[in-house]
Formats: sequence, structure tokens, C-alpha cells
Amino acid sequence: AARLSGGENRLVSLPLSRIRVIMKSSPEVSSINQDALFLTAKATELFVQYLATYSYKHGRGKEKNALTYSDLSHTAEECETFQFLADILPKKILASKYLKMLEKEKRDGEVGEDDEEDEDEEDEDETVDEDVGS
Amino acid sequence: MAERPEDLNLPNAVITRIIKEALPDGVNISKEARSAISRAASVFVLYATSCANNFAMKGKRKTLNASDVLSAMEEMEFQRFIAPLKESLEVYRREQKGKKEARKDKDKKTDSEEQDKSREEENDDDDERMEEEEQNDDEEVDN
Repeated sequence: AARLSGGENRLVSLPLSRIRVIMKSSPEVSSINQDALFLTAKATELFVQYLATYSYKHGRGKEKNALTYSDLSHTAEECETFQFLADILPKKILASKYLKMLEKEKRDGEVGEDDEEDEDEEDEDETVDEDVGS
Repeated sequence: MAERPEDLNLPNAVITRIIKEALPDGVNISKEARSAISRAASVFVLYATSCANNFAMKGKRKTLNASDVLSAMEEMEFQRFIAPLKESLEVYRREQKGKKEARKDKDKKTDSEEQDKSREEENDDDDERMEEEEQNDDEEVDN
């Protein structure tokens, strides 16, 4: 078979040497045969394509003709196949939004959604009624 | 694991090219997105390797082979990869076989020295091209 040259027509674009380094970082792995190395590199390329297209298709980035981090993070959270990525693609939130969330939670606590506080208020009312009654 | 996933990176230029070729023309890919996909790819390699290794161990083998990797894809729920992987593997094996036979033939020839050098250079050039592309592509992305 003729050896294909040129970037797009190459059989595999990711460098096998680098893939091997990553694979060998796994302590239980002793040796890797050449076919396995090639397949892992090729599979990784297919994975990159799949992750990118899936995220683009299901994400909001395409509203602005873009693929965003948020699209990827969303994929990791929503799609079971990509759940193994959830830890390295956490959802991000604007610091200002987070601070507002904290403030809201604090306010909700003061208004008295807490059961104990409600009981206290009722007791006070009862106390007040009794006083009025007598 | 000795290294953290972040230390085992794949070349940015290649990752970017693969993404661009997969998406419709003109779609922008933020640096953050590209970097995230690159990290995800490294994690994928680790996960696939670990999975494939389990199959090798089940077969009481110390060397990962092609079927271990294909079984891993099945296990990881990437069955969609299996058919294209098998196809590519066929081409790869033919290529490797062709290279071996070509080298054997050349070793027999007496005036083969120059040809050998050019063949080796061809391989080296490919690796160099990859490095050069890396630099060029980084410039494109920054612009």
C-alpha cells in the first residue's frame, strides 16, 4: 500500500510516541504491541471528533457559531458515555453569580424558611393572643 | 499513576486540526475548549489503556494487543469506533508489511545506501513536519 503523505490524508495524525508515553504512565502496563498502539492513537482521534461534534450539536455555543468550554462541560454531565470526563470538565460559574447565590441563600435563611424559626414565630403569636384574651 | 493527567499532553496543533476538520467550516473554538478537549483526550488514553489492560490480564498476557483495545472500546461504550478502527488497522498492517518488505529488498541491492537514507529521511521529515506544523498552527490560533 502506498504511504499517504500530507496532513489530512495521513492514516493517523496523533504522534504514536506521545500516545505511548501516556499509555506507559499506567503502572500496571508492561508492554504494548504496535497494533495496540496504533489503535489507541486512532481511537483517540475518533474520540476527539466525537466529543467535539456531540458537544457542538447539543450545546448553546452554536448560537454564536462557536464551540465553548460550557458545551463540553455540559456533555460530560449529561451524556453517560462521557461521564468519565465529569471531574476534569467541571461546570464553571461567574464569580459574581456565585456571590449572588450565596447572598440569596443567606437571605432565604433569615426570612424563616427554617422550621424552627417558624415555630418560634407561632409561639410568639400565641403568647400575644393569650395576653390579648385575658 | 505517577503523572497527573495534565502533564501528559498531546500536541495542540494536531488536536486543533482534528477538531476543525470534524466541525462545520468557520466554527470558532475557544482556547479553553481546545485545551479541555486535549485534556479529555489524554484521559481517554489512560482510561482505554487501563480497560485494555484488564482484558490482557484476563487472557494472562503482559502485552496489550489489538483485540484488547477493541474490547476496551466495547466496554467503554464506544462501539461506534470499532468498525472504523478495524478498517484503519487493516490499512496500517498492510503499510507496515509493505515497509518491511521494501527494507528487505533494499538491503539486498548493492546501490541501496542512498535510497535507504532518503527513506529514513522521509520518516524523519514527517516527524519534523509535525513539529513545524505545531508552531505554525499555534500562530494561527493566536491570531
